[in-house]
Amino acid sequence: MDYEKLGLKMGLEIHQQLNTNEKLFCPCENSLTDKKPQLKILRYLRPTQSELGKIDRAAFEESRRKLQFIYESYDQHTCLVEADEEPPQPLNLEALEISLIIASLVNMQIVDEFHVMRKQVIDGSNTGGFQRTGLVATNGYLETDYGKVFIENLCLEEDAARRMHEEKGKTNFRLDRLGIPLVEITTDPSIHNPQQVKEVAYQIGQILRSTKVKRGLGTIRQDLNISISDGARVEIKGVQDLDLMPKMVENEVKRQINLLEIKDELQKRDASIDNEIFDVGAVFKDTESKIMSKALSKGGSVLAIKLNGFAGLIGRIIQPDRRFGTELAGYAKKMGVSGIFHTDELSSYGITREEVEAVNKIIKALKGDAFIMVADKDEKKARNALIEVQRRSKTAFRYIPEETRKALDNGSSEYLRPLPTASRMYVETDIPTISISRKYLEQIENNLPELPSEKRNRIIVKHGLSEDLATQLVKNDKVDDFEKLDAIYNLDSPIIASTLAYTIKELKREGLNVDSLDLKVLEKVFSYINENKIPTASITAVLRSVAKNGYSVREAVKKEGLEKLSNEEVETIIDDIISLNNDIIMQRGMAAMGPLMGMVMKSLKGKADGKLVNKLLKDKLIKLID
Amino acid sequence: MSYKGVCKEFLDSCDISIGDIILITKNKVEYKGMVLNRATGADDKHLVLKLYNGYNVGVDVTDAKVELLEKGEKPKIELPILDVKNDPDKDDISIISTGGTVASIIDYKTGAVHPAFTADDLLRANPELLELANIKGKAILNILSENMKPEYWIKTARKIVDEVNNGADGVVVAHGTDTMHYTSAALSFILNTPVPIILTGAQRSSDRPSSDAFLNLMASVTAAKSDIAEVLVCMHSTMNDSQTYLHRGTKVRKMHTSRRDTFRSINTQPLASIQNGNLEILDKSIDYTRRSQDEIKIYDALEEDVALIKSYPGISADIIDYYVDKGFKGLVLEGTGLGHCPEELIPALQRANDNEIPVVMTSQCLYGRVNMNVYSTGRKLLDSGVFPVLDMLPETAYVKLVWTLGQTQDLDEVKNIMQTNLKGEIRIKTSQKYFLI
Repeated sequence: MDYEKLGLKMGLEIHQQLNTNEKLFCPCENSLTDKKPQLKILRYLRPTQSELGKIDRAAFEESRRKLQFIYESYDQHTCLVEADEEPPQPLNLEALEISLIIASLVNMQIVDEFHVMRKQVIDGSNTGGFQRTGLVATNGYLETDYGKVFIENLCLEEDAARRMHEEKGKTNFRLDRLGIPLVEITTDPSIHNPQQVKEVAYQIGQILRSTKVKRGLGTIRQDLNISISDGARVEIKGVQDLDLMPKMVENEVKRQINLLEIKDELQKRDASIDNEIFDVGAVFKDTESKIMSKALSKGGSVLAIKLNGFAGLIGRIIQPDRRFGTELAGYAKKMGVSGIFHTDELSSYGITREEVEAVNKIIKALKGDAFIMVADKDEKKARNALIEVQRRSKTAFRYIPEETRKALDNGSSEYLRPLPTASRMYVETDIPTISISRKYLEQIENNLPELPSEKRNRIIVKHGLSEDLATQLVKNDKVDDFEKLDAIYNLDSPIIASTLAYTIKELKREGLNVDSLDLKVLEKVFSYINENKIPTASITAVLRSVAKNGYSVREAVKKEGLEKLSNEEVETIIDDIISLNNDIIMQRGMAAMGPLMGMVMKSLKGKADGKLVNKLLKDKLIKLID
Repeated sequence: MSYKGVCKEFLDSCDISIGDIILITKNKVEYKGMVLNRATGADDKHLVLKLYNGYNVGVDVTDAKVELLEKGEKPKIELPILDVKNDPDKDDISIISTGGTVASIIDYKTGAVHPAFTADDLLRANPELLELANIKGKAILNILSENMKPEYWIKTARKIVDEVNNGADGVVVAHGTDTMHYTSAALSFILNTPVPIILTGAQRSSDRPSSDAFLNLMASVTAAKSDIAEVLVCMHSTMNDSQTYLHRGTKVRKMHTSRRDTFRSINTQPLASIQNGNLEILDKSIDYTRRSQDEIKIYDALEEDVALIKSYPGISADIIDYYVDKGFKGLVLEGTGLGHCPEELIPALQRANDNEIPVVMTSQCLYGRVNMNVYSTGRKLLDSGVFPVLDMLPETAYVKLVWTLGQTQDLDEVKNIMQTNLKGEIRIKTSQKYFLI
């Protein structure tokens, strides 16, 4: 695809949890828990207006669902602030400082005064019905191989409650994650190359890792903003795998192109949508379609709408495994129904031609028209679902709607909710504003952590490491360990570095659990080498044994028989081999050195240093030949 | 405009006012957005801007250049227009708003939560109320409940009388929660009502999606339609948005600074609960007053010079003397334990008695009954004229004394009224159930 011609524009939004001691607005532990919740709190949420008097469209849609939210809370792990039973405490200044450091690292301009806002989110993920967030900095940039990328905004905000499970209009959330400090970094939406998006995400990730942020699964989340010239801005949430980003972009562009084609076709056909909703339950009274009869058996209803001129288009594939109908179903599902039936796939549900004809008759469908049905035991739900489908279908011949979508593992995405507007923001009055002084900023700028690239270059120069070794240390976050060990032990830096960068990785690849190979174990191993107890060649063997058998370093060395031999013992072995190979020495003189060395080393099994063996063998040979 | 000093000069010099869209340029950065007002009490060098992405920021105007992009209207909150049709099959319920969190909204001018709603606004924000009844809204006060005072109790009571006389089948009073239990006690004594009078409020302001106002209001209207012709407080029974309790106005107290279920019945059970629109009587041990066709009666003479004094180790007799010298007409002591205060206060209390000032003893334990016969101090206090009011809450005793002294000045009669249960404020028996529920 010619992205340039399509006018592809992308932006990136990265959410990173901060590793503060406490949460953003209360003193609760900054961690998740798997313990059984001690209390479950039931709540509803209603949308309100922003201070400018507007209701947010995303909030409006959520409110139509009248969902119940269950919040799992704890006596000690969470407190009344997360439960929205107590006003927030003042902003966590440690979190603010970390966000200022990150902002400075990406060359941003920090605001003079920080205001906490309420961003209305009434999908239940925040007990208050809003996420607290504040703008920390604007106008930053990053240099990439594809050119400069501008960083628009950096916000400090609270993480949402953890969605545990959903059942019949009830969603369970756990309060442990709510309130964990988060920075949100937004690039400007002018990235044109999918590879560049990936690089920006990688670079920002590296920068974040040089500050006090959380590590591991779920602590960083990437959202992708994508649009093409005639399309719409779409935000794809939760792109976990950076390598998947280019694929994600391709699929979204395909989706928009297909939707544009559908739009043109619909316009050509002069398509339209009636607002009427028909009850077609009578048609399916004795249906053979299992799925239909199941819905009806519980006293449910089947409702249908007519889409004039849509025939054949609802089944059109617009993304891998996703049809235009899947999009419409996404809107319907938001109202709590399990899905829709559309004209282009009825046969796969066991709905007969006669039934289709009967429905067509009721809704007065002509050739070229399509219909969509929803079956549910709750008539109101079914009706709401079809109203949503009508709403979405009406945009189909006008424009592509701006949406928030959820990233799927195969690189496609599904509809989540409309893209929120600025109307969802209003001021958080419970938290005083914080003025950020120039002096404080100078202090931060003078103490910025080393960026990964700086770190890499420094250790190459300072410790004489190869580029690859240095890169590996930085990437695996082992530089601090390396420098610590390197300062204590009088060993070649590359030996320490390669143990940290390669050896442990190799052992992991062998399928061993390398968690036990901590700094203490490594210190012990290197001290043995320093004290000449084991040769460097045995490092891998010792670590393998520690990881495999749960031995201490001392036990591993002993049990594996890896202690270094004394000089006398080595000499005895050399003497033995010399006497067994007299012929070769006689024939080849000093040239026998090579083969003999190999034999000696083999028999020593790494219990002596090659250098030493080499010297002893050479001396003995010279003596013998002389 | 609440801008002062540096900011005011800056704005005035560029002829910029609240609501204008401006571009501010500083050394390395520029901000484009709408000028908002600044919270009172904040410093004078930062200008508050609402950026296009919805975020507010404070911009230090020192060395800043500004350009006016567009003159703006002052932003206004506008709720949908109300179209109320009277349904003869439905009850007529009046909602009287006095202010407080239940009727509050963010004031973007000060950035604080303010009681700025009228009763109509309350309806616009909660249109579902109209499904339950024909609702008439009246705002009579616009105060936070810490600013409540006895003259406002009278104002509220008189308004209720008007509403009932004009055919209201029940009245809901939207009230701040801080002093709701004082008002509920006051209305209990001031009024003899043939219809339910329900006080309700919110612990989370109604400008937030999680506000408890909606459930409390819906349940209050349900309660106002019921046959319990008493003054009741209707608030969340737990932290869940599922059930409310109806507490008797004289036996209820705010017990938590922030929780939704802050109101608790003390020394009794909640009278009833409401869930999904169904009212269930919980306290079957007492009979409540039923709805009737009687006239509503009002006894609104009050004596405001009454003090509520908490006893504590080291309290000085000067405090009692002060009130006596100032001409106060009645004192309520919040004593320790069974109803005590330091013996050193006795001469001062005796003097109050000599001056015909009733001194009422309650307990800061809140739970349980005052009994001054057990310890010698109690007996000495009785001898000095202090009299106990059984299991009455200190706040209720204070309100009741304010009301009683409005009805009579005769010391014996005052004592008699204070010790007689009028509106559920005294229970004869202390059940093992009535503790920390």
